[in-house]
Amino acid sequence: MPAAPSLASGRYWAHPERITLLLILVLLLAAPLFSSPFFLSFVLTQTLWLGIAAASLIFLAAYGGMISLAQTLMYGFAGFVIGNAVTEGGSKGLNLGLNPWLGVLLGILFTTALGFALGLVAGRSAGLYYLMITLTFGVIGFYFFGQVTTFSGFGGINQIVAPAVIGEPNQFPERLYYAALLASVFSFLLLRYAVRTPFGLALQGVRDDPVRMSALGYNLVIHRALAFTLGAFVASLAGVLNVWWNRQIDPASIGVGEILALLIVAVIGGMNRLEGAWLGAFVYVVVNNYVRSVPLVDRIGLTEDRFNTLVGLIFLIIVLASPNGLIGFGTSVGRWGKRLLRAVSDTEIPAQPVGETEEKTGVSG
Amino acid sequence: MSTGTLTGSRRSGVRTAGRRAALGAGLLAAAFILAWVLFFAADTPAEPLMRDYGDFLATLLNALTIAGLYFVVASGFTLIFGLMRVVNLAHGSLFLLGGYVALELQRAMVGRVGNYSTAMVGVFGWLAPMLLAAVVAGGIGLLTQQVTLRWFQGQDMRETLITIAISVILADQMLARFGGIAVDIKWPGVLDRFITWGELRYSVPRLFMLATAVLVGVGLWLWLRKTRTGIIIRAGVDDTAMVQALGVNVQVVFALAFLVGSALAGVGGVIGGSFASLAPGVDGQWLLNSIIVVIVGGMGSLMGAMAGSVLLGMVTAFAPAYLPAGLTNFSIIFTFVLLAAVLAWRPYGLFGRPA
Repeated sequence: MPAAPSLASGRYWAHPERITLLLILVLLLAAPLFSSPFFLSFVLTQTLWLGIAAASLIFLAAYGGMISLAQTLMYGFAGFVIGNAVTEGGSKGLNLGLNPWLGVLLGILFTTALGFALGLVAGRSAGLYYLMITLTFGVIGFYFFGQVTTFSGFGGINQIVAPAVIGEPNQFPERLYYAALLASVFSFLLLRYAVRTPFGLALQGVRDDPVRMSALGYNLVIHRALAFTLGAFVASLAGVLNVWWNRQIDPASIGVGEILALLIVAVIGGMNRLEGAWLGAFVYVVVNNYVRSVPLVDRIGLTEDRFNTLVGLIFLIIVLASPNGLIGFGTSVGRWGKRLLRAVSDTEIPAQPVGETEEKTGVSG
Repeated sequence: MSTGTLTGSRRSGVRTAGRRAALGAGLLAAAFILAWVLFFAADTPAEPLMRDYGDFLATLLNALTIAGLYFVVASGFTLIFGLMRVVNLAHGSLFLLGGYVALELQRAMVGRVGNYSTAMVGVFGWLAPMLLAAVVAGGIGLLTQQVTLRWFQGQDMRETLITIAISVILADQMLARFGGIAVDIKWPGVLDRFITWGELRYSVPRLFMLATAVLVGVGLWLWLRKTRTGIIIRAGVDDTAMVQALGVNVQVVFALAFLVGSALAGVGGVIGGSFASLAPGVDGQWLLNSIIVVIVGGMGSLMGAMAGSVLLGMVTAFAPAYLPAGLTNFSIIFTFVLLAAVLAWRPYGLFGRPA
């Protein structure tokens, strides 16, 4: 096995996939220079935090074999903790009036702890059972925050303030944007790193052959629970950004529709790669914001109000046509195009399937 | 060799001790709840059993009757899963769709859009909408299965994702067609009253719910146990390939199970829409109920659906009635406790077995 090239060497960056990711990052860093405040705030910032939440889902699904529908509850929970901690004088909630940063810390800590507890409860199952159990967590969480007015009630908690550094998102959209970008890069690198640690490798073993891993002495429940905890931690970052962006949180934002929407985001992007999370989020947010401006789309009954029908149809088509989402779709198109080229010219083509994929996704993302 | 057994026995010893502790804690909690309901229950909406047996009896009846509705809906869900390993996440949408379709027909039969009383609804004015709902929900379910799911048999996660897409589209289309305001179906006039029995005054529609559940349960049991189709279905659950090899057209059986399972969601929707109301979000609520019932009872088992329904019914009826008044809104916690307790004890549910 050859030694991995260091970050500084040219060889490391010779990989087309890494170059594409780097280019996208540079583009995103420069985005406030050329995009309108609306695009920056409503499209890019929302894409980034939604992508973080979807990445936590994809991490669990791709490396743990656990499709978790509780990630929406996780980011919502972080939001509710922050809302209860930092607001004061509201009609609902605890109104503790703490420092915003302390609220963030509490939100992340409580969500991570809840993740560990729920991970233990669900940890003895996998696959479809896991999906169903975590779905019940998510929906029970929705009813909990709806019914328990001590913490929220259906009206939710309003007027949640972000720390002064972030400020009002309408006034300084680029501040929250950079925070979301930082959190996205951090989450991406953290999850990528996690799957390469011994823990991550064991997790993939648990996914592929639980019986053998169990026989080798690995504790399946603890591995799944810890992976779920990491997922909850990452989702809590999305939750922090979400409350800073929305400045309020209510049970409707973690209801069944939102739970399924996050899964839809992940599947649209591609369930087997972390990058798919942000790609899926981007497509979802763009469709959400711009469907009204597509000419003639209202003629076929797909107005803005029927956004969910449109998303459902896109989702259905993707599930039927390409189970690996847009990233997988790019790969198949690339492979298909190459086969076609080869058949036409019969000359040798350098094998770079990944590169072609990345260029395609790069354009749309 | 001997070391292996030694560590093995020690590990299992640890596990037994853990289990014993968990069992002890569970029994203690059960004893406390029983004592609370029997004697103490201060400051709760319902009086303790020793002081007022009427309250207790009413709560018990509430538990059993709502369990009946849980069973009608969840038995369809579990039937589909048991045979095809499809988690039909559109089950709640079919429930709501059935309710809305029945409401449309009932309104057409009465000749008014709103503002009509149960007295204006005859037995047929309720029964015909229910049959239509069963046909429509069953038909949509069958269509979903034939057009999409059929081509991905065995890819259970993909099938589940397809049902999610269907549920999202159906929910949005129903919102467009029927609006966001809660509406309800009217019971027939002959049913809509109370019976009194000693101190207890109880609503007849709720008893009717229980009767329907018993009817559905007995019907399904007879169908699955005593008919040829039922035997094929049960064989298909155990070993699809073998049944196919014996010359049975399994596809027809799959289609039938999907039809019946979805139709039960529609019937549930009519009962649920008469008992409570129909609105966006009700689909998610009934999907949740069905999933909890089958996780608790065990996926794909009719007995499990029954046990799960009764347990969930007990929790949802007793928790709000016997929690102190200030804490009533925390009752949803007990649903979670039920789920967590069953999963800790039997990860595949009370009557389930590993897939």
